[in-house]
Amino acid sequence: MSSATEINEKLELARQLVIHLEAGDSAAADSTIERLSADRECTLFREIGRLTRDLHEAINGFLLDARIGELVEREIPDASERLNYVITMTEKAANTSLAAVETSLPLAQELGNRAGSLAGDWSRFQQRDLSVEEFRVLSSELAGFLQTARGHSAELHSKLSEVLMAQDFQDLTGQVIRQVIKLIRDVEDKLVRLIRISGSKVAPADHANTKPMGPVIPGLDQGEVVSGQDDVDDLLSSLGF
Amino acid sequence: MKILVVDDFSTMRRIIKNLLRDLGFTNTQEADDGTTGLPMLQSGNFDFLITDWNMPGMTGLDLLKAVRSDTRLAKLPVLMVTAESKREQIIEAAQAGVNGYVVKPFTASTLEEKIGKIFERVEA
Repeated sequence: MSSATEINEKLELARQLVIHLEAGDSAAADSTIERLSADRECTLFREIGRLTRDLHEAINGFLLDARIGELVEREIPDASERLNYVITMTEKAANTSLAAVETSLPLAQELGNRAGSLAGDWSRFQQRDLSVEEFRVLSSELAGFLQTARGHSAELHSKLSEVLMAQDFQDLTGQVIRQVIKLIRDVEDKLVRLIRISGSKVAPADHANTKPMGPVIPGLDQGEVVSGQDDVDDLLSSLGF
Repeated sequence: MKILVVDDFSTMRRIIKNLLRDLGFTNTQEADDGTTGLPMLQSGNFDFLITDWNMPGMTGLDLLKAVRSDTRLAKLPVLMVTAESKREQIIEAAQAGVNGYVVKPFTASTLEEKIGKIFERVEA
């Protein structure tokens, strides 16, 4: 805002300009116009100068931010490695669990089958429906079964313990993923600053062509998502399945 | 009954194979995506295909389309077992000619039910 004296000065210059023009003195008129505009340009240059300095400092500050170098050179490649480690760990845990289950299922099956067959013979024995010879066979089968049951139970216990221990991946991978989330936040912060410096609005990206495949993450992925197998079945039956 | 299980994650293939074995289907083979699965289907006399959708190389949807456009495989029953659960995707798979659609995570009984239904319909 111009102060009262500035306005008076300008008014005085304007009056002089009229006088010079009326007198036909074009040289004096030009010099008055220059004096009038000089003041204005001065303010404009000052403003441009200030903006330039701000921009320069902001860019310098951004470039000198040691975190960025660190982020690009070390932490992002490091994060990729860490995420690969998460894949390795989860895969290993899944394979350990699956192997234990694959060993355990036939053991449980065998116990069930033999117990079922023995239960039949045993109830015949209780109904006194067994010959001495049959009882001798049953007795030896029973002894064998008890031996097997003992062994299988120990084996099942050890396999279940393996499954239990394999779950430790959750803790470790959880920590790694948390570190990577923090890194992404850091990068996001730097990018936001960069956008602020450039001062321009970033046009929203076209999401249609970049839609990620894979599991839908609740609360993140948009679009019509079915809420479970029942929804899938309803949708398919509405399509004539 | 010879079944091909296509999924890029070996653990998921293993889970499905185990479930199938429990259901009495012991003759199963594996492929890790459509690119390896399709030639197996073309030369292997398979009776049934279970495939994931999202896989590197050739996706399950492309595999399904390739199966439907191959005269010798066109009638092969195909069950999709996938984490893709958007309505538009399910409709897309239905239009491409899928016989059943199971979303992950799934249970053994869901898989059994869908397989049962597919064979009921194929035999009818």
